[in-house]
Amino acid sequence: MAGGERKIPAPEANPETKAFWEAAADGRLLIGKCASCGKPHYYPRAICPLCGGEATEMVQASGRGVVYSYSVMRRVPVPYALAYVTLDEGVTMMTNIVDCDLDAIRIGQRVRLVFKPSEGGPPVPMFTPA
Amino acid sequence: MSIRGKAYIAGVFEHPTRKADDKSLAQLHAESARGALADAGLTRDDVDGYFCAGDAPGLGGLSMADYMGLKLRHMDTTETGGSSYVIHVSHAAQAIAAGKCDVALITLAGRPRAEGMATGTAPRNYGAAPDVAFEFPFGPTVVNQYAMAAMRHMHEFGTTSAQLAWIKVAASHHAQHNPRALLREVVTVEDVVNSPMISDPLRRLDCCVITDGGGAIVVVRPEIAKRLVRPRVKVIGAGESAKHQMGGQVDLTYTGAVRSGPAAFAEAGVTPADIKYVSIYDSFTITVLITLEDLGFCVKGEGGKFVANGNLISGVGKLPFNTDGGGLCNNHPANRGGLTKVVEAVRQLRGEAHPEVQAKNCGVALAHGTGGSLGTRHGSATLIMERE
Repeated sequence: MAGGERKIPAPEANPETKAFWEAAADGRLLIGKCASCGKPHYYPRAICPLCGGEATEMVQASGRGVVYSYSVMRRVPVPYALAYVTLDEGVTMMTNIVDCDLDAIRIGQRVRLVFKPSEGGPPVPMFTPA
Repeated sequence: MSIRGKAYIAGVFEHPTRKADDKSLAQLHAESARGALADAGLTRDDVDGYFCAGDAPGLGGLSMADYMGLKLRHMDTTETGGSSYVIHVSHAAQAIAAGKCDVALITLAGRPRAEGMATGTAPRNYGAAPDVAFEFPFGPTVVNQYAMAAMRHMHEFGTTSAQLAWIKVAASHHAQHNPRALLREVVTVEDVVNSPMISDPLRRLDCCVITDGGGAIVVVRPEIAKRLVRPRVKVIGAGESAKHQMGGQVDLTYTGAVRSGPAAFAEAGVTPADIKYVSIYDSFTITVLITLEDLGFCVKGEGGKFVANGNLISGVGKLPFNTDGGGLCNNHPANRGGLTKVVEAVRQLRGEAHPEVQAKNCGVALAHGTGGSLGTRHGSATLIMERE
């Protein structure tokens, strides 16, 4: 990538999100799922943000989805694409689109999960053209 | 209980500075408070309610109450970013209606220029917020978050950069008449679409200015308003809302104005067609476009056509907006533009806007604040005021 790699700040885990980041270290993306309403949510929470139920768990996502929106930040030493990706499971998550021509990213484009290392923390879920 | 007619905006003040190297943050708050109280014809000792937000130094307004020597029986430090002060006017009216205070003071101040803050292009870490780990690693800044809303709007509705540019063009036409505006040069659509790209599709001239400064508003009960000499501006309706990611059901095509707007119109008993002037939060051009749709000034998706061809220029188009030059050209003190939105609406209702931009027969005006980010979570506040 031209201009070197952008440094990724380490995400900080807490008791509620520890399992998410442990799975990330194994290369797995988890999303929240609620047994009460049956719906997925993101980011995963102990209490379902959709129905308020407490019967939530984290389940593995397929890692496939489409670009909902994006923007390439130009006014920085290493330009990067901030994006929302809608997973095939139906939730939309903030991420980066990486390992591609930033000028070729399009809304609706299919993408797949890749984990990228952070600075001294667990890897973070990003996406690249499928 | 409705707040319709329960309170009046008696005093407003926009601090004249745009770069405050030689003033402290507390001083800017206090100078703004003095200005608004003098405008109202009141003094510090009349104040019994104080409202401030996250820009006020110290713990929830206590330091500012101490600094200014206020004797209070009511405080409210609701924090919804730049929309806080529009909400504060509504909360002040509620407190007055409930008998909790008689004279409410609202202040705002900040020094982002003096402090060299990279307001729009550096990610901000809100510490223990539960979303931080799931967002901060990806480099969300103010600009690229709003840019994602703009990108999606363009995708769904065919909105163009040239249409967004008309919003900046209108603001610049107004700012040329404001001697205190940071940017007074009139710009064209070509100037905007040829300015440097910051974060696609938002260019430099799609972004608001970064300024030091502040402002204040004084809200009073009707009995007090009636013995003051300034033209009376009555609060007739307000609405507020928080919009967020809905647990992953992200939709960037609308704002919290879809809820705050109808609530305010219903309370005021007016419709968009009755509004003669609007102050619309303009952190970026896209903020204005989506907000105008959500408030019902045009159909969803038609905002691009609505703002084009000078429709927001006073004396030219149908809906004069941000006649001080707004955040895009005049002032965005503390990176929070909600207070100055109310100030210019009050100037318009009093007939005290610059003659070149004064809206005709301006009997009812609307001010709308958007605080936080269109891309993640934000507070929306709509306020409708009437000249009495």
